[in-house]
Amino acid sequence: MHVPDGFINAPVSAAAGLVAAGAVAAGLRGARRELDERTAPLAGLVAAFIFAVQMLNFPVAAGTSGHLLGGALAAILVGPYTGVLCIAVVLLMQGVLFADGGLTALGVNITVMGVVTVVVAYGLFRGLVMVLPRTRRSVTIASFVASLVSVPAAAAAFTAIYAIGGTTDVPVPKVLTAMVGVHVLIGIGEAVITTATVGAVIAVRPDLVYGARGLTAPLKLRVGGELIDAPTAPVAVAARSTRKVWATGLVTALVLAGFVSFYASASPDGLEKVAADQGIDRKAEEHAVKDSPLADYGVSGVTDTRLSGGLAGTIGVGATVAVGTGVFWAVRRRRTESGADSRTDSRTASRTGESV
Amino acid sequence: MTLSFVPSLDVRGLAYAYPDGHQALFGVDLTVERGERVALLGPNGAGKTTLVLHLNGILTGGAGTVTVAGLPVEKANLAEIRRRVGIVFQDPDDQLFMPTVREDVAFGPAAAGLRGPELEAVVRKALARVGMEQYADRPPHHLSFGQRRRVAVATVLAMEPEILVLDEPSSNLDPASRRELADILRSLDVTVLMVTHDLPYALELCPRAVVLSDGVIVADGPTAGLLADAELMRRHRLELPFGFDPTARPTRNPASH
Amino acid sequence: MGAGHAHKLYRHGRSPVHRLPPHCKLAAVFCFVVVVVSTPREAVWAFGAYAVLLGAVAAVARVPAGFVLRRLVIEIPFVAFAFLMPFVVPGEQTVLFGVSVSVPGLWDAWNVLAKGTLGVAASVLLAATTELRALLLGLQRLRLPPLLVQIASFMIRYGDVITGEMRRMSIARRSRGFEARGVRHWGVLAKSAGALFIRSYERGERVHLAMVSRGYAGSMPVIDEVTASRAQWSAAAVLPCTALLICLLGWTL
Repeated sequence: MHVPDGFINAPVSAAAGLVAAGAVAAGLRGARRELDERTAPLAGLVAAFIFAVQMLNFPVAAGTSGHLLGGALAAILVGPYTGVLCIAVVLLMQGVLFADGGLTALGVNITVMGVVTVVVAYGLFRGLVMVLPRTRRSVTIASFVASLVSVPAAAAAFTAIYAIGGTTDVPVPKVLTAMVGVHVLIGIGEAVITTATVGAVIAVRPDLVYGARGLTAPLKLRVGGELIDAPTAPVAVAARSTRKVWATGLVTALVLAGFVSFYASASPDGLEKVAADQGIDRKAEEHAVKDSPLADYGVSGVTDTRLSGGLAGTIGVGATVAVGTGVFWAVRRRRTESGADSRTDSRTASRTGESV
Repeated sequence: MTLSFVPSLDVRGLAYAYPDGHQALFGVDLTVERGERVALLGPNGAGKTTLVLHLNGILTGGAGTVTVAGLPVEKANLAEIRRRVGIVFQDPDDQLFMPTVREDVAFGPAAAGLRGPELEAVVRKALARVGMEQYADRPPHHLSFGQRRRVAVATVLAMEPEILVLDEPSSNLDPASRRELADILRSLDVTVLMVTHDLPYALELCPRAVVLSDGVIVADGPTAGLLADAELMRRHRLELPFGFDPTARPTRNPASH
Repeated sequence: MGAGHAHKLYRHGRSPVHRLPPHCKLAAVFCFVVVVVSTPREAVWAFGAYAVLLGAVAAVARVPAGFVLRRLVIEIPFVAFAFLMPFVVPGEQTVLFGVSVSVPGLWDAWNVLAKGTLGVAASVLLAATTELRALLLGLQRLRLPPLLVQIASFMIRYGDVITGEMRRMSIARRSRGFEARGVRHWGVLAKSAGALFIRSYERGERVHLAMVSRGYAGSMPVIDEVTASRAQWSAAAVLPCTALLICLLGWTL
């Protein structure tokens, strides 16, 4: 998936380079805050791990095999900042040492494979973990969904970059269909492997899974041979970064949805096409939602089909996020209330925490 | 010189519990005089590594004090403490993190501010002490395990430590490398604290031994005497290799060759 | 990937290209590729001239042509894409070898193939003539954030150690009669990947302890410095400057 030189034109490559540089700078600052002086050795070792795991072949069927891309895995295991850094370093080294991916396309590669996968995967993962009950199964589900979506999201981001700065004239909807279609399949593989890998780490060292912090059992202190619960310290890092991650994820989702729908709406959806060919759409005229402002994923009153499709996508994501946020806030308020009790009796609080 | 009467290492009442609540040390008292070679013996989980990590202030915050050549291990003098206490970790791959042997040996002195020809001289001397001068420009990865362990010792010697702390120095070494390392350690003129399960190696190198068990020092005396105490050995899960009789063999020293 | 000196693409040598300071070479290759990418696709002769330029560099560096060409396989997915283009791009049709293909599609395919190939060839020449350690120093010299260079150098140092662990785990699996044959075995492989992560992370923590024990306080001490003379910079600039001249001619002609 490494983009070579000359595939994306110079201005867009430069712009992607700026995006990548900004993301790496943010990664450096964020990782420093999370890991302090441990950043260099830990991020270096995780990068080496990602590099190694990309060489681990997962046989698919007779003769063919795939490998892990690792963006979602890095994000879930070590957090978004360190994750972006590690992937960026791996891509940089692959470009300089192995001529894998063009030097001028480095920005595009880091943006697509590093930034988009990590941000989408981590945003989704974090959001799901918050909304779902606090159990290991939720972590499994969240890892699966996050890594599954991150791969076609990267493909869609690539298509978006291609739509602006592609040097070839292949119609964008065709590229989008091909890219997203293929990458949903790849994403399933990525999701299965990522989930199993995260599961394997959680089973042995749950404390190492950045995305699952706060799921560990309450600490105990041994005082005079008896086990006593340690006072629960607030998980400062996760709490602080939540809002930022939420905002970044939201913006990315909005941009992606707007972009993708903008182009996707240009070619009629498969089912609609069949309907039009068969002349059965006349009967569907009385469909109830026909008059809703978002009917047919286009905004009524906006005549340009692409623009209205894009708007509809954006509005749709906005609405989904609004509903999701509402649910999330409701859940969190309940949890904060139970959390307040923990100062008086942490044992009860941990039980309440599990039941939420 | 009054300094020579100050012990290299003085540990008083050291107790420590990990943040997860697991308590590893329950009041350790240990004094190592300058120039001594002491073996720290103990079964797995006795708290040996925890104790070692206290010696240069990587772990702090429990009860008790650690003093290195008169200087207390405190946040204010951590830089000097880490120069004085040279720890050789068990896996040389962890210790040799720079791209070449030379840069790795230079890391410590350079972090302390040494530059240019002075740095070069320190590096060459440290490598010469372990017999690895000709490997200076090799990447650590391409060395044998025994060579890597010797370079790891050199990285610490380059800092001219007051006390050399070795964590399982003989593990994974073939008999020849084991003997080479023993010769190097015997030739060094520094205080040595050697953490090990390898009882014959302790007997060969260290006249004195202490046994750490369940977070406290339970025995302290001449190595041969401790190893001969079968009851003590058994109680603390320390087993001698089959056919090895500590009483039958005198401690080897350089003069006996 | 060999730690320290050599890596897969590195070819030991003492040519003038090998001796150039790494940051000069990095800058030269980068500028060259930028120039190539900005050349109009219609100037076919210009790409021929670029290829000749790279050929000359390869000759000076004594890197055999076969070595560079073999590495071009990295491009294959995009070559496949390029070969599709004459058939999927709409536009004026023409007949080539008895098949109807589109003219803009052919231009697109040419564009991607020519620029991509030149880019890979330039990167291969850089990698073939520059030691790993030197590349890192060059990146540092080019003002890459020091922390990023440190992360990269740890990745290089431990890349082999980690892949070695992975290989040993694979041998251990196979010695117990396990052969990964299909999707059913992903669970076992993923468990190995999880174990590998834990080992990598824990090693990172131990490495940090070892660094702290030797006085590390957040920044690497500067041990090696690379410097470049004006003459070396000029020598390195020959490649991108000639390319720029060709590019400008390509735009005007």
